[in-house]
Amino acid sequence: MTTQTSNPVGKSVPRVDAYDKVTGAAQYVDDMQFGPGLYYGKLVHSPYAHALIKKIDASKALALPGVKAVVTGEDTPHPIGLYMKDRYIFARDRVRYVGEPVAGVVATTAEIAEQAAKLVEVEYEELEPVFDPYEAVQPGAPLIHPDMADYEWPNFIFPEPGTNISEHFKLRKGNVEEAWPKCAAIVEETFRLPQIQHVPIETHVAIARWDLSGEVTLWSPSQSPFAQRDLVSQSLNISHGNMRVISPYVGGGFGGKAGISIEANVVAMARAVKGHPVKMRMTREEEFVCTNVRQSLNAHTKIGCDAEGHVLAMETRYYFGGGGYNDYGVNIARASGYSCTGPYHIPNVKGDSYCLYTNTPIGSAMRGFGMPEIHWGIEQIMDRLADEIGMDPAEFRRINCVKTGDTILTGMKMPAVDLVQCIDKVTAAIKWDKKEPASAPHKRRGKGLAIMWKAPAMPPNPGSSAIVRFNEDATVNVYIGAQELGQGAFTVAAQMAAQALGVPYEWVRVSANPVDTKYSPYEWQTVASRITWSTGNAVRAAALNARQQVLDIVAKHWDEDPEDLDIKNGVVISYKSEREQPLKNMVIYGLPNENFEGWQGGPIIGTGKFMPTYVTNLDPETGQGARAVVHYTVGAQAVDLEVDTETGQVEILKIASAYDVGKAINPDLVLTQIEGGAVHGMSSAFEGMFFDEQGRLKNPSLVDYKIATTLDAPREIHGDIVETPLEDGPWGARGVGEHVMVQTAPAIANALYNSVGVRFNDLPLSSEKIYLALHRDEE
Amino acid sequence: MLHEITFNVNGEPYTVAVKSQHTLLDVLREKLGITSPKRGCENGECGACTVLLDGKPVNSCMVLAVEAAGHEIETVEGLARDGELHPLQKAFIEHNAVQCGFCTPGVLMSAKGLLDENPHPNVDEIKHALAGNLCRCTGYVRIVDAVLDVAGNGQ
Repeated sequence: MTTQTSNPVGKSVPRVDAYDKVTGAAQYVDDMQFGPGLYYGKLVHSPYAHALIKKIDASKALALPGVKAVVTGEDTPHPIGLYMKDRYIFARDRVRYVGEPVAGVVATTAEIAEQAAKLVEVEYEELEPVFDPYEAVQPGAPLIHPDMADYEWPNFIFPEPGTNISEHFKLRKGNVEEAWPKCAAIVEETFRLPQIQHVPIETHVAIARWDLSGEVTLWSPSQSPFAQRDLVSQSLNISHGNMRVISPYVGGGFGGKAGISIEANVVAMARAVKGHPVKMRMTREEEFVCTNVRQSLNAHTKIGCDAEGHVLAMETRYYFGGGGYNDYGVNIARASGYSCTGPYHIPNVKGDSYCLYTNTPIGSAMRGFGMPEIHWGIEQIMDRLADEIGMDPAEFRRINCVKTGDTILTGMKMPAVDLVQCIDKVTAAIKWDKKEPASAPHKRRGKGLAIMWKAPAMPPNPGSSAIVRFNEDATVNVYIGAQELGQGAFTVAAQMAAQALGVPYEWVRVSANPVDTKYSPYEWQTVASRITWSTGNAVRAAALNARQQVLDIVAKHWDEDPEDLDIKNGVVISYKSEREQPLKNMVIYGLPNENFEGWQGGPIIGTGKFMPTYVTNLDPETGQGARAVVHYTVGAQAVDLEVDTETGQVEILKIASAYDVGKAINPDLVLTQIEGGAVHGMSSAFEGMFFDEQGRLKNPSLVDYKIATTLDAPREIHGDIVETPLEDGPWGARGVGEHVMVQTAPAIANALYNSVGVRFNDLPLSSEKIYLALHRDEE
Repeated sequence: MLHEITFNVNGEPYTVAVKSQHTLLDVLREKLGITSPKRGCENGECGACTVLLDGKPVNSCMVLAVEAAGHEIETVEGLARDGELHPLQKAFIEHNAVQCGFCTPGVLMSAKGLLDENPHPNVDEIKHALAGNLCRCTGYVRIVDAVLDVAGNGQ
């Protein structure tokens, strides 16, 4: 331990998890060894998008040697769901998408389980399905959840039983009808986005063991070990104290491993073979159809501005295709409702954001949580409005974007941010004012800009907690329940603990791998880009608590005032007497009084917690309220690209991004989020899940569902960090992990228009679509 | 049917009984406990299970275990020597080329395969060599930077 980094906040110190990950030592759930007693699970999936289950006959499967149990909806009668309790662990009576788990087979080997799953006979009565959210909202559409009125949901969600609407968020501000006549330009368009998938390289996998004592353990790569504990406990009637979730490193989350998907199924299957661990790993095909996806969206949006470029009014209806179950999706529609304008100050707004049940895979959290979907349309319309009134799109955005202290659409005051500076940074980096030549005569070059905002979308009161504990040599263990998904959560936690304690960064160990609900302090979920902020606040509080304990002991030992003491580089110092006391040993054994007449202190353990206490519910008819969200992170992206007019292929030459993160705890990790997000956002513009008329996914493999490779990624990704401190952020920090891909697709669309003069309202941007649009006149 | 095969993994000889349908990935992970090659698709599309077979990168999910008999296999577990990280491993740490880490072992082996054959690749050669290794986190920027650095072609 030669390097000693003091005051590490704001420094690009190395990741704490990198060594394990480059040596193969990092353990993921599939790497865990359970010995020969391990059983294997396999799901039986619904082949129908919408059907009644008439009968399930498992006798042939059970007769196969090696099969230990078959679990069905009869065994799981209690509903489960994060916001909307609208599904059963295994389908009961009705299936609502192709791929839905209908039964689970447990066997001594994976091969036998797979064979037996094919022997489970299920009799269905097909029902008419509905796939498109706009069709699902129409009167007379097939009703997917006839019993919706009986479900449980929190009081900030507004479903409409008797329809397919699981959430309807209304935003009313000003008067749009009076504003339209004052507009010099109005653009009204419909935008459509297909479902897409997270495609983590690690597919979902879970192992569960139900001990004869009643203790239940679930091993899963999870962004939400505590939420999984809560949901599984409630649905399967287990005491939270007996339910333990252990979650090692997650091999890519992006929201797909938030909340719960197949984990509860494995626990229910393990209950049938008590004492034996049961393992179930999703194949890549199952990952596409039977875990979570990003919701589809139909957006009907109208925005108008005056001749000077002031946006006066916006009217929008968002129809999210939430899939067969909307346990998480209702909150995506809600978030898209209270943020429906995008990052703009608009005096008159009428917004309606709906989540619809559709007979497709379950829509759930994905990086951006509704924001990439709604910004796709908003950011193209803003470009068109600027175009119509003859204003530079960057200037148009500088005029209209949200600024510190604005009363935003929900009535809350905009916390301090500097979006204009983000626009300035990316336009400079992309050479916005310079028209640059294409690399060949058949290619066209263009540049595009898009801006974004996003608030952490969550219940009003999600909590974080942390523990800071010293060892004899004054090294420190920081305990958190937040998860390391690759975003760097453990590293920034170590930096913040070291900074608050006054010890070098290298002295801090993060004891969170695995996150274990039996030993880790509570954390709501690793979602919403809330960890640096929320867990960070808890870590800081825990470290300050430990620090104070140390200072109090040393103050008594020296007979001084703790106010005159400080900890610098792991040594307690007195500004008054200039005495020094190293932390080593005293943080465990305490310090003797004078002449060893008694002792002070004892092992130091600091605790800290954080929960926002100021978020208010919003008026159900207007979406107005004092404080809709905790804060917003804002940013801008600019894209430089080339289109091959002979093939329709798009090559992204450069992406420039700038985000206002409040304070970059680790600047280089912020940049790696910006870079990775730019490519994720770019890739998302070319991705789509495609279904046949029966609702079966046509491209459930990495052969047919392509994500960006090294060859697609632009070589040049420029990142800028803006730092306008957040009032209640640790050292001013707010999150950025999700924001980095929100506006990439519309920035590409705007650059496409700039290059070839064609607009695309629907994703994905396939080469075929672009080629046909370019050659439309030739046919 | 079981076949007894012998092969070297990271320089150590192993003799194991395998079924005809077992892949090299199955045997490494389940029989030998060598878990750095990951299961991402089991279809040769994601590259997370990349290992070197006689020095050449292969998707170990697409190689039958019996085909590996008599050959040399290298995985990330064998990269570090005498407690010292391989230059690629050091570069991946220094460049923050690692995020969730699930693709990292496969990427490292593809990169090693490239550098062993072509010690000074340019950006295009690196991108082509790593095109079969999917990464959803990093955007590949730092990965290419790290390999360039080891290749002596860093900016």
